[in-house]
Amino acid sequence: MTALERSAWVTVCKRDDLVEGGGVCVLLGSEQVALFYLPAESCEIYALGNRDPIGKANVLSRGIVGDLAGQLVVASPLYKQHFSLESGTCLEDDSVHVPVYAVRLEGDSVSLGRP
Amino acid sequence: MDKRRIVVVGNGMVGHHFLETLVKAETVDHIIVIGEEPRPAYDRVHLSKVFSGCSPEDLAMGSRQMYQDWGVEAHFGDPVIRIERAAKRVVMGSGRACEYDHLVLATGSYPFVPPVPGSDNERCLTYRTIDDLGAIKAKARDSQVGVVVGGGLLGLECGNALQNLGLETHVVEFAPGLMGVQLDDGGSSMLRGKIEALGVGVHTGKNTKAIVAGDACALKMEFADGASLDTDMIVFSAGIRPQDALAHQAELAVGERGGIVIDYKCKTSDSDIFAIGECALFGGRIYGLVAPGYRMAEVVAAQLAGETALFQGADMSTKLKLLGVDVGSIGDAHGRSDSALSFVFSDGREACYKKLVTSADGTRLLGAVLVGDCSDYDTLLQYYLNEITLPADPQSLILPSTADKPSLGVGALPATATICSCHNVTKGDIIGCVDSGCVSLGEVKDATKASTGCGGCTAMLKNLLDDELVARGVTVDKSICEHFPHTRQELYHLVMMGEIRSFDELLQKHGSGRGCEICKPAVASILAALWNEHVLDRRHVGLQDTNDNFLANMQKDGTYSVVPRVAGGEITPAKLSVLGAVAAKYNLYTKITGGQRIDLFGARLEQLPLIWQELLDAGFETGHAYGKALRTVKSCVGSTWCRYGVQDSVAMAIRLENRYKGLRAPHKIKSGVSGCTRECAEAQSKDFGVIATENGWNLYVGGNGGMKPRHADLFAADLDDETLIRYIDRFLMFYIRTADRLQRTSVWLDNLEGGIDYLRSVVIEDSLGLAAELEQQMAHIISTYACEWQATLADPEKLKRFRQFVNSDKSDSDVVFIKEREQIRPARPEERLRLVVAAE
Ligand code: SRM
Ligand SMILES: Cc1cc2nc3c(=O)[nH]c(=O)nc-3n(C[C@H](O)[C@H](O)[C@H](O)COP(=O)(O)OP(=O)(O)OC[C@H]3O[C@@H](n4cnc5c(N)ncnc54)[C@H](O)[C@@H]3O)c2cc1C
Ligand code: SF4
Ligand code: FES
Repeated sequence: MTALERSAWVTVCKRDDLVEGGGVCVLLGSEQVALFYLPAESCEIYALGNRDPIGKANVLSRGIVGDLAGQLVVASPLYKQHFSLESGTCLEDDSVHVPVYAVRLEGDSVSLGRP
Repeated sequence: MDKRRIVVVGNGMVGHHFLETLVKAETVDHIIVIGEEPRPAYDRVHLSKVFSGCSPEDLAMGSRQMYQDWGVEAHFGDPVIRIERAAKRVVMGSGRACEYDHLVLATGSYPFVPPVPGSDNERCLTYRTIDDLGAIKAKARDSQVGVVVGGGLLGLECGNALQNLGLETHVVEFAPGLMGVQLDDGGSSMLRGKIEALGVGVHTGKNTKAIVAGDACALKMEFADGASLDTDMIVFSAGIRPQDALAHQAELAVGERGGIVIDYKCKTSDSDIFAIGECALFGGRIYGLVAPGYRMAEVVAAQLAGETALFQGADMSTKLKLLGVDVGSIGDAHGRSDSALSFVFSDGREACYKKLVTSADGTRLLGAVLVGDCSDYDTLLQYYLNEITLPADPQSLILPSTADKPSLGVGALPATATICSCHNVTKGDIIGCVDSGCVSLGEVKDATKASTGCGGCTAMLKNLLDDELVARGVTVDKSICEHFPHTRQELYHLVMMGEIRSFDELLQKHGSGRGCEICKPAVASILAALWNEHVLDRRHVGLQDTNDNFLANMQKDGTYSVVPRVAGGEITPAKLSVLGAVAAKYNLYTKITGGQRIDLFGARLEQLPLIWQELLDAGFETGHAYGKALRTVKSCVGSTWCRYGVQDSVAMAIRLENRYKGLRAPHKIKSGVSGCTRECAEAQSKDFGVIATENGWNLYVGGNGGMKPRHADLFAADLDDETLIRYIDRFLMFYIRTADRLQRTSVWLDNLEGGIDYLRSVVIEDSLGLAAELEQQMAHIISTYACEWQATLADPEKLKRFRQFVNSDKSDSDVVFIKEREQIRPARPEERLRLVVAAE
């Protein structure tokens, strides 16, 4: 895969493809990215790598989102560890991270930047 | 050095308890038990349960396997006939002999049969062993009328059994009143009235002179006063006599009216021989209850383990339900103590009688009698046992509830107070157990055995536990999670009462923050149980747990398994072929599940709709293997094919599975229906299990396999189809209303205050007035059932999510299968590396 420029934004899907209050997955080159659509939050959309580094499967987009002590998180559907939507850090083990992507919503179109 | 040889004669309840206690003490003895009955020890106290559908196996306390695991050598069906004290050995009926260093006699007692002419007739029976029960049942089959001789505790229980067997029942008592040992005249006559109202004939002051052939019936009883009574069978329950034959033979000291004399150490007149239980005479008294026998067993086991322990007599207070009437007797019920005062409350309308016997100055409770209402029993017993000072007006303790009725909080009890008398658990023991981290009723029960006997102490145990937790500031925070200061039960009521339809609405009104993976699925389940909207509807979809989220079970590699419903395990060859064809087409791993159906593994997210479309076309529907919902109702083949079946278990299983499919609950629900007592469907390991009887169905509840197996409890016997279903409707809805999140019925029932009796009162007697509402709610769920996959396939909005990538048709390249035994399985990490390298 060719590395994307820092400033380069790639349009990945439409707002309509997102699921309110939950996640979907998009393919960015060969990378799987989970997009969580939380219209009530400041960022509206959060993007993390889709791979669960603990369960070792590409499933984070299928987890439940919520908050723990004020931090926005997704719980892995496999073994329920929490990953911060903002930093990608695992709340149960801070040596474990998933990549975080910059997201942008322009009109109805969703684009991703590099982590 | 050779091991000490400890020989136990008699494998009844007390003998068994002795073995259990000694084994736990881990002495290095060679322990041998010799029992006369053909089977290992069983729960004699609950013998009558066999009449209401329990099988003899349900009563078992010991088993050959258990004794083997304990390293105890066991012989059954071979009585000891002789003790040779000089040689220190016992000789059995079979001629075998066995040497001992210490001998423990636990031979119990036998029923007393008055020497009335004719009492040896083959229609005259006794009531003590499982074999006796078999004989009673057999005789009852060709009898219309049955008489119990003896109006004591056992006699009345036996009367109850005869009534359950459908006989016209009479109780004949020599004394002027019923239960003369435990009750005073007032209590006794109140009890009589209640029992007569149930249609049982009560004949007191009757001295039976002879039993002769009858006219209308097989037998006729002739009484000294000239009266007579026709009957087809007679059960003698006129008292027990200690089984002390061996003591006579071996010339050990024996009481004037029988019983092997023991001292504080439970030693007989030969210091190598102990006697415990109902065969033992302590302080001139035979203790005809199981708890004192257990104390004796513990005293002997402790001594053999090198400790000092003394038996100091035991309390004979009792609380029972006889023929459905609550009866309690504490201490000196007759007020025989010097200058005792009595307080009596009698309410003819409510048919309840209560009496207190106090010391002359009214400060100490000496005894009490309760008939018709035992709600004050626990409090009074504590006043009695712990010599707690009575309130200034003791009568207030038994007057009908007024707002300021002084109730004795468990807090007032000393640490030595016995909470559970069946297992001799004190308040101090419970506190110790809380100190070491137990916080639920279930945990305390496991750790101490408290309230696992007669169950009479459950309410007090619960109060004590709650008090202790509060006192420790362990405000056991029962909140479901940080987002709601409520338990699941409370949330259920908030949703129901407020007619709340979505998680957001509930969060707004009663919670804070945004929710999490604990509260969201729990609320989703509550919403589903109340309103039954599709779980993937826009406002519910984000709430669903891993498997509900895509209506399939997620596997370790992120693929899914597909489980269509196969109600009752019955499937046509055509449908079976469809499963094969679909699995072959999508290359799915295929396996028969433990729930009598077929699981297809390895489906990718985007394949789920395609696979389900084919299955629906062939007439399948979703099996809810993914939901905290009804899973399967297993069946056995039943009367249609099986030579032993007595009802059509397959039809019933299918009916039940189709009735409750889609029902969401705090945890998954499983069931089974067996066609006869052989129980091939393993119904007793299910949340609700049904076993066919000659007369209908027995319903069992609270069973569990899994991590902590629990045998289901018999809930009701011989039900017709409609009653069975009504009870299950109510049971399930009551569970859904009151259980905690992820609490199976087994754990729920273990923690339910009042246990199975309370559950029966709610479901059968409708004591909470809820039954109609529960049934209505169930009717709503049933009438709004729709296959979730059918609805999903019909809705493009819902289908949108079934894509690995919303911006590509590719599938997940990290999902790699390899072949094993001709089917696929996920590749292991090292295999995956090899495969990737090979591909490059
Ligand atoms: C497929 C199956 C095993 C099999 O190959 O036979 C199975 C598979 C799973 N069982 Fe099971 N159980 C299966 C029969 C059972 C049985 C046997 C039965 O139902 O008669 C039991 C014991 C009976 C019982 O539940 O009382 C059983 C006791 C459990 C437990 C322990 C429950 C407990 O109360 O202790 C769990 C864990 C849980 O639910 O928390 C569990 C959980 C699971 C889960 C859902 C674990 C998970 O989250 O991944 C497994 C995934 C299912 C799937 O399809 O991917 N499974 N599981 C069986 C599916 C039956 C069906 O047709 O629906
Ligand atoms: C129907 C019924 C209801 C009851 N309800 C209650 C109740 O609600 N509460 C309560 O506290 N108590 C109740 N009891 C009493 C309770 O069952 C007894 O107190 C208890 O069983 C006594 O235990 P045990 O081991 O001393 O005697 P048992 O249980 O009688 O056991 C003695 C065993 O020794 C065997 N044996 C005798 N002689 C020999 C020999 N020579 N060699 C080998 N084996 C021998 C016998 O066959 C028997 O199996 C009830 C009893 C009955 C029958
Ligand atoms: S439970 Fe009874 S009816 Fe059913 S298969 Fe087994 S033996 Fe036959
Ligand atoms: S008193 Fe019988 S179980 Fe506790």
